[in-house]
Amino acid sequence: MSTELAIETTGLVKVFGENRAVDGVDLAVPTGTVYGVLGPNGAGKTTTVRMLATLLRPDGGSARVFGKDVVKEADAVRSRVSLTGQYASVDEDLTGTENLILLARLLGHSKPAARDRAAQLLEGFGLSEAAGKQVKNYSGGMRRRIDIAASILNTPDLLFLDEPTTGLDPRSRNQVWDIVRAVVAHGTTVLLTTQYLDEADQLASRIAVIDHGRVIAEGTKGELKASVGSGTVHLRLRDAAQRPEAERVLSLALDATVQLDADPVALTARIDAHGSDRGAAEQAARALAELARAGITVDNFSLGQPSLDEVFLALTDKKGVAA
Amino acid sequence: MSTTTTKTELEDVALAAPDKERLSALLVGLDRPPRPSALSASLTFGWRAMLKIKHVPEQLFDVTAFPIMLVLMYTYLFGGALAGSTQEYIQFLLPGILVMSVVMITMYTGVSVNTDITKGVFDRFRTLPIWRPAPMVGYLLGDVLRYVLASVVMLAVGMIIGFRPDGGVLGMLAGVALLLVFAFAFSWIWTMFGLLLRTEKSVMGVSMMVIFPLTFLSNVFVDPSTMPGWLQAFVNNSPITHLATAVRELMAGNWPAADIGWSLGWAGLIMVVFGTVTMRLYNRK
Repeated sequence: MSTELAIETTGLVKVFGENRAVDGVDLAVPTGTVYGVLGPNGAGKTTTVRMLATLLRPDGGSARVFGKDVVKEADAVRSRVSLTGQYASVDEDLTGTENLILLARLLGHSKPAARDRAAQLLEGFGLSEAAGKQVKNYSGGMRRRIDIAASILNTPDLLFLDEPTTGLDPRSRNQVWDIVRAVVAHGTTVLLTTQYLDEADQLASRIAVIDHGRVIAEGTKGELKASVGSGTVHLRLRDAAQRPEAERVLSLALDATVQLDADPVALTARIDAHGSDRGAAEQAARALAELARAGITVDNFSLGQPSLDEVFLALTDKKGVAA
Repeated sequence: MSTTTTKTELEDVALAAPDKERLSALLVGLDRPPRPSALSASLTFGWRAMLKIKHVPEQLFDVTAFPIMLVLMYTYLFGGALAGSTQEYIQFLLPGILVMSVVMITMYTGVSVNTDITKGVFDRFRTLPIWRPAPMVGYLLGDVLRYVLASVVMLAVGMIIGFRPDGGVLGMLAGVALLLVFAFAFSWIWTMFGLLLRTEKSVMGVSMMVIFPLTFLSNVFVDPSTMPGWLQAFVNNSPITHLATAVRELMAGNWPAADIGWSLGWAGLIMVVFGTVTMRLYNRK
């Protein structure tokens, strides 16, 4: 079971007119994990999810969910997945309770069982008080919760969450994250699309970065971060006038491009420890010593892993240069 | 449908946040039941249509006020001129105008399919392992309820202003039953347009283009024998004419076997053709 792939796609393509929305996507998602699909608006994330959820027919390549082809064995796929779309995938004219009963009935539950399950989920998701209200009157966070509740009426083996926290306030976002963690802890595989790097960072164990319909990078969070360098040094100088000199010294010591931040006393540089026999920390220490020798006063210094933001920008940048 | 446009948003600050322990309890247990039968899934979607009527009862306006208006308007407008008196005319007109109104009302099906299909909830329905046509059949079941309501309203108004069919209650029931079967089948034309066309307005426009000639070019208002020959050829073979004749005769206490046969035949043909196209579009949407 653990070696089985929840999702496997090869050369997946979807074309809308002139636009190759998905242009040869290869994914391999192991079961029991949160897999993040990260990319800007219009990168092809939603189109990919819609193909995997049997809503769109691929124009090329193949996609399998738990070994079942999404076109030829669509019904077998449907019985094991749930989708929480980008827009509320519940009926806004109906109440929370009615929505859950409706969907539970469609999943084959008897009337009393559907009613029980609806009440149970509404309570668990903190929606009891809003149960009798039409969903169109729900706040953004509540909609998301009823939406996810609808997706786990029967605990699915694979849950698609398409940008589950877009437009939510931080508090509601944290609640959605807690729900996702609970679902995964139970053994469900989650495919999460997001344009927020911290969301992928928080939840996903593996991440595919998608841009212009292609996977431009794939791996664990650590691997992705390492691919743009082993670390990032942030410096704050005491005197802004010393910054040009500091930039020169740093770029020599680290053999890297130094970035001048908006703050006139701050600098950032990436360290690449892979091509070197010295570790990132050692390189940073040497750079600091060089700065001291040049008479530059450093007020504040930090060495950290690059953030996914930096990874993302670096990756999408590279692509831009290559194209 | 952005959440920011909703002015009456519920405050969720007061609501309890989901509890982690409880969440994991929710996820275990529950066995997956077998998938529902085609009938059960369709009826569940029919229930959804009824819930929508319950929440937005205004939508019944077109099956109540509109038919009443038609009955009164045509009876008093044409009655004197065409049949000598409104009393005479209503005996001829009412079954026909009933057919016309219900067939006209069917076109709202296309509009509701069109507005609904663009919403996220349809994505969820389409990812459920259920009998594929169930959501569409559910719509039409909900709509049949609307047609029943329209029929009852029109017959009641008709009786108040003097409609006295010889077939009595049984005749009226038989006529309405035939009309409902036809309307259910005929609605598949609109589900097709609802899926095919991009906007609600274009659905409405196309529906009008089909409905007006089809219902007016029939024997609903007048006997076709005074029409020019080429028009008679169309009118006498129109499904609406067959249906109107069948309903009129049933309500008059007769058994118009040929026209019933034609009506059901047309209904079957329309359903097979447009039902098939609808499902093809639905699967590809």
